[in-house]
Amino acid sequence: MDKEIYKKPIFKGNPVTVLVLGICSSLAVTVQLKGACVMALSVMIVTGFSSMLVSLIRNTIPNRIRIIVQLVVVAMFVILIDQFLKAFAYDVSKSLSVYIGLIITNCIIMGRIEAFALGNKPIPSLIDGLANGFGYGLVLIVLAFVRELFGSGTIFGLQVIPQSFYDAGYVNNGLMILPPMALILVGVIVWIQRSIQKDLQEK
Amino acid sequence: MNTNSNVYTVVYAAILVAVVAGILAFVSTSLSGKQQENVALEKQQLILRAAGLGAEIPAGQSKSDYIKGLWNEHIGENSFVLNANGEKIGEAEEAFAIDMKSQNSLLKKGMIEEIQLPVFVCDINGETINIFPCYGAGLWGPIWGYVAVASDYQTVVGATFDHKSETPGLGGEIANPSFQAQFAGKQLIKDGAFKSISIIKGGAPSGDENGVDAITGATITSKALDVAIASWLDLYQPYFNLKKGVVMSGDCCGDGCGECEDGCSGEHNGQHNCQHHQNSAQTVAQNVQDDCSGNCDECGKCDGQEKKVNNI
Repeated sequence: MDKEIYKKPIFKGNPVTVLVLGICSSLAVTVQLKGACVMALSVMIVTGFSSMLVSLIRNTIPNRIRIIVQLVVVAMFVILIDQFLKAFAYDVSKSLSVYIGLIITNCIIMGRIEAFALGNKPIPSLIDGLANGFGYGLVLIVLAFVRELFGSGTIFGLQVIPQSFYDAGYVNNGLMILPPMALILVGVIVWIQRSIQKDLQEK
Repeated sequence: MNTNSNVYTVVYAAILVAVVAGILAFVSTSLSGKQQENVALEKQQLILRAAGLGAEIPAGQSKSDYIKGLWNEHIGENSFVLNANGEKIGEAEEAFAIDMKSQNSLLKKGMIEEIQLPVFVCDINGETINIFPCYGAGLWGPIWGYVAVASDYQTVVGATFDHKSETPGLGGEIANPSFQAQFAGKQLIKDGAFKSISIIKGGAPSGDENGVDAITGATITSKALDVAIASWLDLYQPYFNLKKGVVMSGDCCGDGCGECEDGCSGEHNGQHNCQHHQNSAQTVAQNVQDDCSGNCDECGKCDGQEKKVNNI
């Protein structure tokens, strides 16, 4: 199997920093690491399994309604995840609120189904979906780590910046909590990536 | 097979939708018990937080155990249900199970006499705090909350609100503890009459005992919350008045007084006298707990006072 299938989406073709997909949710759910991890995992499951399922039935799908069929499959997985979170991780489900439901509209998922799953076998499609979800999740986790550390002084809700820092005059950066800072951070990540990977730079 | 024919397309879509719907229905049914438990726990926490309890879960303790523990300790079986006249019609379990959405639609339709009003009574170190719900339509979906009132029936101890789908960062801020903290210490009374808490666009003047700041950028949600609180607390006014001892016509002594003159035995529970009609709210708060109808004026002072009070 071509290693590029799972290597590319993680760095060279990262859905967030290179394809610039799924920006909305990566700004919205990265205030805390816990929410970002759940979101990353949810998106991985949805991209992976909906790609696999669509790939399984790809030869039977009537071409004229293929987008609708894809949407139904994606929506099913998203609702399943939403239901499971409500039952087993209610607080996380509340803090992610509408964004779990909005996974449906995450361009990465429909993008990968259209571009990959419709023309490939189920197993490569599953791997492609999982890898794209992982690439997205990775950016989410990096963003959330920076934002939670500097915005609230915590990691996974645990205080990591010692009290003595605050006593010495350190203040949490309130801007980190707000979405604009997430956009700036995404920009910084894109900048770093492009300076490493010269072929992405526009002439 | 021709996958592009109309028949194939329609049949395919129908089968796909039916299968997906079946899977979702099955999962939703099998998880609903667990989900409802979470919702109930959330509700208990929201009620407790209005009274200033359970905001922080101590480390090392599960949220579910902690909230249930607090609930049993402070609220337990003390809650009850009122009708629109302020009369008790139900017990604690019913109070918790009342669906605010359907009660609110009764309110909207004006079917006040059928409405059921839950009151959650929270006991903190011997001090009684009554917690009243509110419910209304926000911008995108329902908003609801609880207002905790001290035993004088006019000082707000705290309030909590939640919402289904208000915009995060704008209307959603009603669920933010720093917005809710504004309600503590506000008065539900102005110039001797009931006044709900106003949510004031542009900010409440400092020292305003009846108003709090609205949320910038969330005018509709702020207004909706204002209406929700006012309309629901208004429903509880017969009960407030009963507790405060302001006798309304048709309630308690208001009706009874005419009959009292020949009906009084002078032995009615020893303490039940007309003094309370003269603003002694506290005495009444204790007294009205017994059934006082028709027996209010063994002291014989009822006549004059009663009429005055009725006019309030």
